[in-house]
Amino acid sequence: MSAILEARAITKIYRMGEVDVHALRGVDASLYESEFMVLLGASGSGKSTLLNIMGGLDVPTMGRVFYGDMELTDADEDELTEFRRQSVGFVFQFYNLIPSLTARENVALVTEIADDPLEPAEALDLVGLGERLDHFPAQLSGGEQQRVAIARAVAKRPAVLLCDEPTGALDFKTGILVLEVIARVNRELGTTTAVITHNAPIASIADRVITLADGQVHSEVHNESKAQPEELRW
Amino acid sequence: MLSAIDKKLMRDVVRLKGQVLTIALVVAAGIASYVTMRSTWSSLETSRSSYYARYRFADVFATLKRAPDSIAHRIADIPGVAVVYPRIVRDVMLPIEGMPEPATGRLISIPAGRDIPLNGLYLRSGRMPEPRQDDEVLVIESFAKAHNLHPGDRIPAVINGKWRDLLIVGIALSPEYVFPASLGDFAPDDRRLAIMWMDRDVLGPAFQMEGAFNDISLHLQPGVSGQEVLGAVDRILEPYGGLGAVTSEKQVSNFILNGELSQLEQFATVFPFIFLSVAAFLLNVVLSRLINLQRQQIAVLKALGYSNRQIGLHYLQLVSIIVVLGALCGIAVGAWLGSGMTNMYGQWFRFPAQDYRLDFSVAAVSVMVSLVAGFAGALLAVRNVVRLPPAEAMRPPAPASYRVSLLDRLGLGRVLGQAAMMIVRELRRRPLRTIFSSLGIAAAVGILVVGRFGYDSFESLINTILHEEQRADVTVAFFEPIPASAAREIVHLPGVLDSEGGRAIPVRFRSGHRYRDSTIIALADQPELRRVVNRDARQVEIPADGLAISRKLGEILGVGVGDSIDIEIREGNRGTRRFAVATLVDDAFGLQGYMRMTSLHRVMGQESAVSMVYLRVDPAWLDEIHRRLKEMPEVAGVTRMDSIVKRMRDQMGQSMLMMTIILTLFGSTIAIGVVYNNARVALSMRSRDLASLRVLGFTRREISAVLLGELAVQILAALPIGLLLGTYWAHAVMESVDPEVYRMPIVISTQTYAFAVAVTVVSGIVSALLVRRKLDHLDLIAVLKTRE
Repeated sequence: MSAILEARAITKIYRMGEVDVHALRGVDASLYESEFMVLLGASGSGKSTLLNIMGGLDVPTMGRVFYGDMELTDADEDELTEFRRQSVGFVFQFYNLIPSLTARENVALVTEIADDPLEPAEALDLVGLGERLDHFPAQLSGGEQQRVAIARAVAKRPAVLLCDEPTGALDFKTGILVLEVIARVNRELGTTTAVITHNAPIASIADRVITLADGQVHSEVHNESKAQPEELRW
Repeated sequence: MLSAIDKKLMRDVVRLKGQVLTIALVVAAGIASYVTMRSTWSSLETSRSSYYARYRFADVFATLKRAPDSIAHRIADIPGVAVVYPRIVRDVMLPIEGMPEPATGRLISIPAGRDIPLNGLYLRSGRMPEPRQDDEVLVIESFAKAHNLHPGDRIPAVINGKWRDLLIVGIALSPEYVFPASLGDFAPDDRRLAIMWMDRDVLGPAFQMEGAFNDISLHLQPGVSGQEVLGAVDRILEPYGGLGAVTSEKQVSNFILNGELSQLEQFATVFPFIFLSVAAFLLNVVLSRLINLQRQQIAVLKALGYSNRQIGLHYLQLVSIIVVLGALCGIAVGAWLGSGMTNMYGQWFRFPAQDYRLDFSVAAVSVMVSLVAGFAGALLAVRNVVRLPPAEAMRPPAPASYRVSLLDRLGLGRVLGQAAMMIVRELRRRPLRTIFSSLGIAAAVGILVVGRFGYDSFESLINTILHEEQRADVTVAFFEPIPASAAREIVHLPGVLDSEGGRAIPVRFRSGHRYRDSTIIALADQPELRRVVNRDARQVEIPADGLAISRKLGEILGVGVGDSIDIEIREGNRGTRRFAVATLVDDAFGLQGYMRMTSLHRVMGQESAVSMVYLRVDPAWLDEIHRRLKEMPEVAGVTRMDSIVKRMRDQMGQSMLMMTIILTLFGSTIAIGVVYNNARVALSMRSRDLASLRVLGFTRREISAVLLGELAVQILAALPIGLLLGTYWAHAVMESVDPEVYRMPIVISTQTYAFAVAVTVVSGIVSALLVRRKLDHLDLIAVLKTRE
């Protein structure tokens, strides 16, 4: 299998106020075509940082990131914009919807600039929100907002879908619903998917699980058989 | 179909309506101040130049005692002269019924039945006089209006000692009398100066001036300057009692008009410059903060694949909407006020028509300035956000570095309470933000001061300076200087309480190649009724044997105390004397020299003579004194102090008041806009902290105290800076205008300072109440859930 997204020897040091935080210490990680990968780790293990760097949202202090033949860590502003616009979809823990736009418009924000997008309604149908097209974020529950965010991320038909704690702000039942949607996108559209979580049981729905601890890769496990989201309990 | 990002724009505009509107108002106020003043000036300027061109305003003017018509041909032969127009101009007394003060009529000859070669007449109503028709005259519109005269009415005049009833056949205007006044008469009285035009063939015989002239106007060939021919004209006219030719710049009406227009031009440059810069500064600061609040949304747009350019454009559109909204409003208000002001000036400058014109360039410049300022603020803010990797921009900023300060060590926290400590720390943590906020508010305070001080200065000019300088109730001027003994008749009139003689001599002050035509005013040795005062209202003592001159005149001539100047006397025996300047007087009115009468007469080798008498009178006798003065043939004019003050109030006062009201209005708008936006942005930036405090158990009152305390500190810091700034600007404004007719003192009243403080504090309080209401409705959970 070929790596679609590959991070090599990534180190990231933040300066938070007056202290240096070593978020990542020489991490190697790859994401393979069409797989469902879970990045597991406790709070502060560096998993969000890794995902952001792999998605071109952040720059590492050291190390390189490749998307196919393109080196993201060497890309200019236009190349990065093009990468985000066409190739990668993000889902954030706090949804990050534009509050002044409806569900449909939040999705349209992306479909209007992508080359070969789904229709906004189609994308929202995919996440089970075909009925709530014209609701503003404030009129939607947390789970619904997260599903809009997923619709927005997948509407451009990205090669890679990166989800940062997509269930982190949701209750159990809603979390399962959101994971089902993500699993379905991976299964039906074949989108390479990485999901970050601190919630160990979620790892069982992945093809492959990378565990981070203290800014380093602790373990990498291939699941022989994937669980279905609805089977999850935590 | 609007794209999603455009919908976001529209909804942001609607959501931020309070702020959008107040920022737009700030822009509107800046633009309106520029449009109002600039368009008023340019309309008047255009009216003047088109009037002058169409009615052939002459290039050179000269008056003399009397010369035969053949002399006009010699002047026409001077190289560079294109047209000569010799005339007869004579002042006569008009004994108007029901008017205790006599009016002066200036009769000017015209070639009836033929074209007037220069200084053409605009006939408002009626017709031109018929050739050789006795007593037919045209009357200037200002006088006709003041007396409600119409064609067909008659005016009595004493011409060459004979009573004549002149028949008004038409009402006219002339480019030569846009401002019908004599020099030194800073508040002309329409009722008392009648410019009249009469057929030369009628006027000549009436004054035994057949085949002769005493006034000549010249039109020069293109490219020839007036200065080049003045010398030649003066040499030819010297033997005929020439009083010195002047170029059109020194022609009385044009001189006053120029002074007013250049003052207006300066005001129209300096005031809007200050207003527009302040508005631009605020636009920049406020917009950059507003955009900073969308830091997270910008990061999301970037994460979704929007380019920096698209995001920048999105916010530029927001700025454009605000600026265009403000600009439309500002241009509309500016045009409305500008046409009002143009009309107001029109009552005072007599043009055939005041065409109010709003130049496209005037409007465009003001909009450009605002757009550039807004764009700069927006782009700076957007750049600061997009420069960060999106992941970082989405994270809340790193916890701020607070330090334990001296205040903490002193245990001030226990004294001031926790809220006060939070205020102090927040202000210290973002010193730049605090400084910019305070500067913005200070600029608004300054604008309020500078917008309002003009009226203070005007009031001081009238109430203090004029009052200290002109202490006579009545000033009587004679046609010719008369022996002091002959003036005794006036001094002994019933009701006269006190009197003082004075003398004004027309002279040319010269230093090297620089010169000015003006007068020397000679006063009593210990003057009481007509004194010399500086602009600080302090009396200046004229040295016993010396010459004092207006400081401004000294500047024009390039001389200071101790330097010598030549004085060409243009009356009586004429001749040139050389004087050392003993004192410079920072006087408010006109350009002149001052001497003691005794030393003047000694220098001139003359018997004591007076050309005017200053009187203090019993008010009960005022009308009677007027009546008696009117009967005296040597009296040329009588001026009452109270009517001068009244006319100054009507004319300068009215325009100054209107300008003050307009500027104050704009200043207040800017102040309110700034204070309100400052409060709103502070609320948005701090709502998360404040909600956290609420969750921790702080009361609404307490969190309000934290936020409003910050605002209060910013306003308090801004007030003294703003008052200083306003004072500085007031000086800058006054230094930029340099009128020779009058110079206003720089006076800023306590009321003006108090007003500026009050407007700012009240807008602070109102903004605080609005913010307080929002704080009371702070949705704790929602605020805490969002990440910033």
